[in-house]
Amino acid sequence: MAAPNKKNHDRPTTGHSWDGIEEFDNPMPRWWLWTFYATIIWAVVYWILFPAWPLVRGATAGMLGYSSRADVAAEIQAVDDANAVWYQRLVDTDVNAIHEDADLQRFAVNAGAAVFRAQCSQCHGAGADGIRPGSGFPNLNDDEWMWGGTMDDIVQTVTYGIRNEDFPDARYSEMPSFGRDELLTSEEIDQVVNHVLNISGQAHDAALAEAGAEVFDLNCSSCHGVNGEGDQFQGAPALNNAIWLYGGSEAEIRASVTVAHFGVMPGFTERLNEAQIRAVASYVHQLGGGQ
Amino acid sequence: MSTSEEPEKLYAAREPVFPRRVKGDFRNLKWWLMGLMLGIYYITPWIRWDRGPAMPDQAVLVDLANRRFFFFMVEIWPHEFYFVAGLLIMAGIGLFLFTSALGRVWCGYACPQTVWTDLYILVERWVEGDRNARLRLYRQPWGPEKIRKYGTKWLLWLLIGLATGGAWVFYFTDAPQLLVDLVTFNAHPVAYGTIAFLTATTFLFGGFFREQVCIYGCPWPRIQAAMMDEDTITISYREWRGEPRGKMKKGALDPNQGDCIDCMACVNVCPMGIDIRDGQQLACITCGLCIDACNDVMDKIGKPRGLIGYLALSDEVRERAGNAPKSVWKHVFRPRTIVYTVLWAGIGVGLLVALFLRTDIDMSISPIRNPTYVTLSSGAIRNAYDIRLRNMNAEPRQFYLTVANEPSITLTMEGVQGQLVTVGPDEQLIQRVYLTAAAGTDAATTASTPVRLWVSVTGETDRIHGDTVFNGREQ
Repeated sequence: MAAPNKKNHDRPTTGHSWDGIEEFDNPMPRWWLWTFYATIIWAVVYWILFPAWPLVRGATAGMLGYSSRADVAAEIQAVDDANAVWYQRLVDTDVNAIHEDADLQRFAVNAGAAVFRAQCSQCHGAGADGIRPGSGFPNLNDDEWMWGGTMDDIVQTVTYGIRNEDFPDARYSEMPSFGRDELLTSEEIDQVVNHVLNISGQAHDAALAEAGAEVFDLNCSSCHGVNGEGDQFQGAPALNNAIWLYGGSEAEIRASVTVAHFGVMPGFTERLNEAQIRAVASYVHQLGGGQ
Repeated sequence: MSTSEEPEKLYAAREPVFPRRVKGDFRNLKWWLMGLMLGIYYITPWIRWDRGPAMPDQAVLVDLANRRFFFFMVEIWPHEFYFVAGLLIMAGIGLFLFTSALGRVWCGYACPQTVWTDLYILVERWVEGDRNARLRLYRQPWGPEKIRKYGTKWLLWLLIGLATGGAWVFYFTDAPQLLVDLVTFNAHPVAYGTIAFLTATTFLFGGFFREQVCIYGCPWPRIQAAMMDEDTITISYREWRGEPRGKMKKGALDPNQGDCIDCMACVNVCPMGIDIRDGQQLACITCGLCIDACNDVMDKIGKPRGLIGYLALSDEVRERAGNAPKSVWKHVFRPRTIVYTVLWAGIGVGLLVALFLRTDIDMSISPIRNPTYVTLSSGAIRNAYDIRLRNMNAEPRQFYLTVANEPSITLTMEGVQGQLVTVGPDEQLIQRVYLTAAAGTDAATTASTPVRLWVSVTGETDRIHGDTVFNGREQ
């Protein structure tokens, strides 16, 4: 230091005075100047070695060939490499035994959640709740499964989809449009609608419902079951509970009987690999309704 | 640049400081404190503390990888960071307290920059001799003697720097294992990099930068000025006693002169290279060495000690007027320092109480909001929650979850039968928990019902709760 104190009394001041306080005009330390020059040299070296100057397209590349994009790619590759062993384990493990390995299950659920957000959430919703009640997209959180809720069932559904013509193994069924195709009269439809309201525990007209029981038995029970309990083999939803794919009000049930709905789901066997399908199945299975 | 005819130089080289050796009370105090603090710094990572097989056995460990801080019997988790914040606030208020009472006592005795510089100057003196020898060596051109002595000195400095950086990394992982890894070149590059960096900074700051760190680099001297008042004890030169200064002539003082014989002893021992007789100044770290030096001289010339001494500004006024100074205790105990002490102690007691009252189980609840509720086939309404359970204990334990104050709501867990879930030793677990309200119950049909979850540990009495809400389907 330039001995600011020994000879302070002879030193000039900056000439400024604040409340009588003046500032000595001491010289800057020389190392500070060197440091300043060093930063300039550093900058020049940096320009040469690293991408620095913006050009019209891109920037100067730098001699080291560094790019943050390549860094990201390397990081992603490193994560993929680290995950490869897990994906392999996912494929090697029996699909129904994945949950027995806590670490594998955790990996499967997290990887499956990522797959779900990218591939499934468009229809089923980010929360897998079918976006809203009555949307026609099944809520995967609840305890009703049209095509089965075991790991094997979910893997099959994800792999080949539902009612698509791309895969012969796709699940398939079609409900007739009882009204539009004049299979039932509007009176019979009224009756069967009240019967369905009855078995699902809702307000109904008892006389119509009683008549509707017979209509149901003749036209509906072969798929939806004698008591309306549904049939997973045919993808026929249960009608005797509180869960409705296309809405459970009288008007909505009448609409479904008149013109049948049947939703379509693509098969993912070409878009996802086996490990990803197992992962997303694990994710769906643990949403609260897995069987 | 005001009046001088020749423009002032804009930049100036450092004038090196060669502090002379000094003996005295304050020097002894500084030796003891240096030994104590360096001892604490170097030895602490090697103290062992048994916490059971699942836990590290290092008494003081900042386990960044596992997000844990261990301090003897205390273990701090990341969510308890307020302890660290509290300690930092205490450190801050402690500095305020010491500064307002005793001035820059931290700078003079305890600051690592001061302690390590002191150590480096000690090494310098061992190798090169005292002030005059060092000055002579500094001025002589490079030759075998200078190369040998400077080389030896720098090598010793580097070794001290290496030990300093080396000790630092031991605080962050198991010290004995890391030492083995370091010498067998199996340690992580971060460890080597940290040691290299701290070796370099210690070498540069202790060996070459020295007082410049305090003058140019450190904000604390500037802040401290605002915390000192006329009762703060600082180092003062009693100029009313010392002036007019003058050399001794024929071994006797001129009766008209003051006690200061202008022997420069106070300047020569100063590690900051200042003259305390200019008055209190920014560069003074109040290390007390000039007091020792001056007392020594006063003894020799048969004058009373204390020409330079610890003194408050208000005492200066009193002494000039011929009155006795106030006692040190009256300076130290004044409303300002008492308020600082009360604040400091209050936070300390608060932290201690928090430390002893805390349970070693903890939970935080994050309700799943997409979807807010799920209708089950029975018509029941189900909500999902991700519950983070923390087992802050060296043993694996079973956590028992219950829901209070809503008999219609039942609790189940994803992937777990019953309401017991095992959390590993010193681990946390995120468990998906379902609350289900039967169809038609109040909770199922109102938009939001407050619920309280309880967590207890099998075989223990402590239990904790967390509050959240249950969302029903409004009808």
